[in-house]
Order: sequence, then C-alpha cells, then structure tokens
Amino acid sequence: MPIDILMPALSPTMEEGKLAKWLKAEGDAVTAGDVIAEIETDKATMEVEAVDEGTLGKILVPEGTDNVKVNEKIAVLLGEGEDASAMDAASAAPAAAPAQAEVPSTAAAPAAPAAPVVSEPAEDPEIPAGTAMKTSTVREALRDAMAEEMRRDPDVFVMGEEVAEYQGAYKITQGLLDEFSEKRVIDTPITEHGFTGLGVGAAMSGLRPIVEFMTFNFAMQAMDQIINSAAKTLYMSGGQMGAPIVFRGPNGAAARVGAQHSQDYAAWYAHVPGLKVIQPYSAADAKGLLKAAIRDPNPVIFLENEILYGHSFEIPDMDDFVLPIGKAKIERGGTDVTLVSWGIGMTYALKAADELAGMGISAEVINLRTIRPLDIDTVLASVRKTGRVVTIEEAFPMCSVSSEIAYQVQEKAFDYLDAPVLRVTGKDVPMPYAANLEKLALPSVPEVIDAVKAVTYTA
Amino acid sequence: MATASKTTSARSKSASRTRSTAKKAKPAIAEFDKDEELHAYREMLLIRRFEEKAGQLYGMGLIGGFCHLYIGQEAVVVGMQMAKKDGDQMITGYRDHGHMLAMDLDPGAVMAELTGRRGGLSKGKGGSMHMFSKEKHFYGGHGIVGAQVSLGTGLGFANKYRENGNVSMAFFGDGASNQGQVYESFNMAELWKLPVVYVIENNKYGMGTSINRASATTDLSQRGASFGIPGEQVDGMDVRAVKAASDKALAWCREGKGPYILEMITYRYRGHSMSDPAKYRSKDEVQKMRTEHDPIEQVRVRMIEKGWASEDDLKAIDKDVRAKVAEAAEFAQNDPEPDASELYTDILL
Ligand SMILES: Cc1ncc(C[n+]2csc(CCOP(=O)(O)OP(=O)(O)O)c2C)c(N)n1
Ligand SMILES: [Mg+2]
Repeated sequence: MPIDILMPALSPTMEEGKLAKWLKAEGDAVTAGDVIAEIETDKATMEVEAVDEGTLGKILVPEGTDNVKVNEKIAVLLGEGEDASAMDAASAAPAAAPAQAEVPSTAAAPAAPAAPVVSEPAEDPEIPAGTAMKTSTVREALRDAMAEEMRRDPDVFVMGEEVAEYQGAYKITQGLLDEFSEKRVIDTPITEHGFTGLGVGAAMSGLRPIVEFMTFNFAMQAMDQIINSAAKTLYMSGGQMGAPIVFRGPNGAAARVGAQHSQDYAAWYAHVPGLKVIQPYSAADAKGLLKAAIRDPNPVIFLENEILYGHSFEIPDMDDFVLPIGKAKIERGGTDVTLVSWGIGMTYALKAADELAGMGISAEVINLRTIRPLDIDTVLASVRKTGRVVTIEEAFPMCSVSSEIAYQVQEKAFDYLDAPVLRVTGKDVPMPYAANLEKLALPSVPEVIDAVKAVTYTA
Repeated sequence: MATASKTTSARSKSASRTRSTAKKAKPAIAEFDKDEELHAYREMLLIRRFEEKAGQLYGMGLIGGFCHLYIGQEAVVVGMQMAKKDGDQMITGYRDHGHMLAMDLDPGAVMAELTGRRGGLSKGKGGSMHMFSKEKHFYGGHGIVGAQVSLGTGLGFANKYRENGNVSMAFFGDGASNQGQVYESFNMAELWKLPVVYVIENNKYGMGTSINRASATTDLSQRGASFGIPGEQVDGMDVRAVKAASDKALAWCREGKGPYILEMITYRYRGHSMSDPAKYRSKDEVQKMRTEHDPIEQVRVRMIEKGWASEDDLKAIDKDVRAKVAEAAEFAQNDPEPDASELYTDILL
C-alpha cells in the first residue's frame, strides 16, 4: 500500500514549517535514511529522512510552501510493484491521535455576556509619541539588544554553551560570532558552575559579561556563584566592587520537556538582595530591558521564555531604545479588576481580559516587566481603582512572586480591597511529561476567568 | 561551518593525537562465540530499530519534547550488559533508551513512556529523558548533564555499604566529562574505593561542540589519573572490545580496588536531539562511520564469514526484532494517557 509521507515535527515547539526544498523528484527511488526534503523551522533548516523504502510517487506540497502544518500529507511513497494508480486508493488515515483520558473541565462555560466593555490598549509611556514602529520577534529583539550593546561597549562579551558556532541552542545569539569574533562570543564547555564563577570574576574586574544559560534549569549548577558571589560581593566589600553581569536564557516550561527542564525560577532569584530580576513578555520588553540590564552596574537575572521567542510584536524603531528596570507597564486599562502578570503569564492575562470584556468585566492588565525591584506602586494605584487583584504566573504557588504581591497589596492597600487577592499559578507538582497532565499543570485562561469571577462575585 | 572542517572524521584520531594514548598498546580483542555474537546482534538491532521507530513517532508528533536517539552507540551498552552480573546497576543521562532496553525493560513500556501514556515506565510522567526501574536496577534517565555521575557514585557507595558485591555503572558523555561534580565524585570514589565503573561515551560531540573545542585534554580515559583511577580507551563500535574491557573493569571493582574509567570511543549518527540540524559536522564524516565502523554491521559480517548465520537467518532475526518494535509502538500509540488524578500523585510519600 502507498505510504503517506507527513510533515514531521522537528522540535518540541514546532507546529508548522516551510517546505524549503525537495531533494528527490517524483519517480525517484528512495531508501530508508535518504534525505528527501529540507524543512525550515523558526530555528533551523532540518533535513527530512525517509523512514520507508519505495518510489516517490507524488509530491503533494511543492517546495517553497510556507506554514505547512505538522502531520499534513506532503508526499506519497509507492511500495515495490505499486504504480501511481495505487495512490488514489491510499487511505488518508491520519496518524493515530492520542487516546484522551477523562479530563475534568477546569472552568464552567462563560455566563451569558453582559454589555461588552471596550478597553483601550494603553500606550507605553516610555516610547516617545510618534515613534515609528516595526515588527520583531522576541528572539530578534534579544539578539539586537546584545549586538547594539556590544557595538557600544567593547567590554561587553557573551559566553555560554553553543552561543558561538552553533549560533545559540535557541538561536538567540545568531550572527553575533560573525560580527564580534570568538574573542567576544565564546563557546564554553558544559561547566556552568565554573563559567559562572569565571564570569563573575571578570565582572568584578570591570568587564561586562553576558552569561547565557542554555536554560535556567542548568543555572542550578551555578547557583552558588550567582547568589554567594555575584549578589553579595558589593555588600561584603563595603561598596568597593560589584559584579556588572547579566545572566540570561530561557526559563520556565517549554513544551513537553519534563520536570527537570520546565521550572520557572523567578521567585528563587527574587528572594535575594543584591540581584535584579527581569522577566520580559514582549519584544519591546526584551529589547529595552536587556539593553538596560547590560548597562546596569549590578548582577541582573534576565528570565526569557522559549515559547515567547517566536512571538512577534511591534517595537519602536529607535536607535537606542532602553526601558527602565523596575517599572511596570499597564498593558491594558480597565476598571473592575486588576490582573497582574509578567513573562509568559501575560499571554493568559491578556486573553482572559479579552474574554472578560465580552462578559462585561473590565480588566486592567499590568505587565510587571521587572520582578525585583518590584513596582508595587503601579499595582497599588490600580488596586485603589478596582479593589480586586488576580495574579497570573506559571511558577509553583508556594512562596511565589504572587505570594509576595498578595502580601504587599494587603499591607499597603488593605482598605481598598473588596475581595481576597487570588493567584493563578502552575500547579504544586513537578512538571509532568504526558500531554494531558502538562496541560493541567499549567495555568489556563478559564482558570483566570474563574478567579476574576470569584473576586468580582459574578460566579 | 567551521567546526566540521576542523574535526577529524575518523574515530579515535583526535584522541590518539595526545601523547598518552599513542604509547598504549591496542588491547587484544576477545573473540565471541556464536551465542555471544547472536546475542549481541539481536540486542543491538533491537535498540537500533526501536530508536528508528521512536524517530518516526516523533516526526508524527506522537512523542514530544526532547528525544535523544542512541543510534550508532549500541555496542557500548550491549557490551557492558554482556559483562555485568545480576544486581549491577546502570545510570545514565537523557540518551537512555538503549540502556533501558539492554537492562531488559519491556520495549512497550519504554515506548509508552515516550508517548506519555499510562503504561509507560514512569506512568507517562517522566518522558524520554526520565525513566527508571528499581526492579531491573536501572536508575535513570537524568536531564542535568553530569548529575548521574555523582548519583552513580552513590549507588557504588551503597553497594560497598551493603557488601553486596555489585558494581554500579555510571554512563556519561564527553561533554559531561567537563562538569565539576564528575571530579568531586572521582575523588571520593577512589578515596573510599567505591565499586563504580565510569563509562564515558565519547561520541565526539556534546551537542554541537566537538570534543577538541570543549576539552583541554581529549584522552578522557586519563581524566581520573590525578586521583589514581585507572582508565582505558575502548573501541566502542566493537562490541567484543567493549565486553572485554568491561569484564576487566567490573572485576577490578568487585575485587575492592575502587573505581575504573572506560572511555568508549563511539559515534552518534543522528542529531543531538530531534531538533538538531547537525551543521557542525560533515555528512561524509557520518557516512564514513556508518559504512566503516557500524557496530551491528561488524557482527553481521563476522557471522556470515564464519558461517554462523546465513543471510536468511539474519533476515529472520530482523523480522522478529521489527515485530517486537512494531508491537511496542502499537501499544505506545493506543495506551491511554494517564488519568488526570495522576497529576498529584508521587510527589511525596
Ligand atoms: C547542566 C546541563 N547543562 C546543559 C544541558 C543541555 N545539554 C543537554 S545534552 C548536552 C550535551 C551533552 O553532551 P555529551 O555529554 O557529550 O553527551 P551526548 O549528548 O553526546 O550523549 C547539553 C549541553 C543540560 N541538560 N544540563
Ligand atoms: Mg557527546
């Protein structure tokens, strides 16, 4: 029977890709292991190997086609003795779908909408009025921020695993080796504790290292140098020497990478005096804050997110766009409830705000941008208006950033609160691998909506 | 890309350039008898076919996250398995499917873990990188590069504590061999004479970085020298050489002489994980290994030459192995996902 060749998934986060090139033509013989096509994902060009033997009967997706979905039929392979006529008989049976286990629904269906509210997306006060905008992915914004700062200051260099010749495990440092040479774009061995200490030492002597962790899960190997050396030296030396260094890399869950590769460490670092902690959401956050972090004379933890890397946003088209560290942004104005989030948590907050608007609830959405120092004033100003707060993050609930926000809000705006502060977080479990469990472990838009209904007593 | 051209393609060339290895005599290769050859052939083929299937299922979106295939390195784990005794432990990193199959774990349960189903070895909660079997003495399945080395040392510590005569085998890569905790472990293991074989699977690359770009000295068998741990380089593509070296190392440990290092010179044919475009090495380099040093092909050729098996016999084995893998894949696709209640189990006792 003819065999369908399907668009393969080539990375944990890939949903679609470009069929860049066919390396075999219709009628060509194919043996298992032959490279038959090239596919471009957002990160790389990958080769597709044949897994079966036969003759390439028909190409269904021509080369150059963009946005081909994973598992779409791209060609038909004919077995021994089969000819093209067999193709019509080929079953279009899709790949076996995962058997679904019973999943309890996490939220009731939304109530009948009341009068929809219209919310103006707030302008960013940090961007001068009339600035031209351009589209950028978070990935490009991060790369551009580093490149601009490396052009400005010869003491800035970047080091980490696979940052140079491989162009970055997640392609954030793409092109930097070419421009800045191996003196300033440095591939390290897999020795996080060692190269982190080395980086901190170089920073103590006045250089400006950017240390990339392939993911922040691996920074756990280097935790001692980050906390005991980078964060405390300025204090211990009576102000003589600090460590102007940026630790950056993807943090938190990607997709199906399991318990040891999915943790969000914001609360861990935010706990420590002597560190600044940034968790950007948009491309503008990423660019403006990474530039600020590189210029900052202190150790800065810069927590990115793999899923957000490929997201596109409008960013200001400016020569030198720098955002202030420690200042939140009101991402969307509203009057009934304050949603506070940061990083990838913003994706749930903004979607929920949209849905809530349809239900007649006006949500103000605050993007914290920086975790430490925490811009509690912006949160408090909003709470005085709305009287209700829901925080959203992917990290574990216990001793979380949400816990801290709830504490400060009750301390500083107790009289304004009309309901307890609620938090929507990742569940209090290590990240499971199974697709259904992973979904349950992460926050969801319905959970945010439920929390809002609870604090607005509209459930 | 610049890396590929700088890297020598042949197996132990980069290592043999260093002085210490040049002095060493090539170890004699212990011949296998017919049963051993057949056993090795079947076991290695099972790993190869299993991994090919896993690659296919990944492409179909049925396996998610990271998936690191063991294709090319089969002789290492199979040779060690042939030398070990009941109760000896294995522990490794994320490139762990081959180790589990060699430790006699059910291919269906391994594959079902890859697809994240309830019949998986970790009930679907661990995934490709995290599987364990206390019953079969397989201790994982670890995602943090180097962590398994200290853990494996602890397994050796427990063996000595219990005086059970067992040896633990801690597998790690050439890239992992630069992690600090490896040397902290070496020191304790030799100081306390712990029965641990450190198996360095030197496949020339840690992700996209060739060993020469990551390591100041590339003869990894000598990495224990400053602690007094003996070590040797082994042709990790020849299952007989692996078995012979493992016999020696395991005996050393069992005699109470402390740890031993085996550097297995091997090669992975596929990318580091499924999402690695592998631009850091040339296609010729990979092709050369496949055609000249393939561990399975070597056994096949020997058996044919000696008349121990005919082409038909080997075809029958392949058919059998394929059927086993197909059955595992079938199970892994049809087994249901874990029950939602599993989210909150197994966190604490
Ligand atoms: C502490 C830590 N740092 C980085 C990584 C990311 N990483 C996973 S595998 C790998 C390469 C390891 O290479 P090697 O030890 O040679 O093993 P191989 O993959 O070749 O089997 C890297 C850098 C990790 N998982 N853990
Ligand atoms: Mg390696």
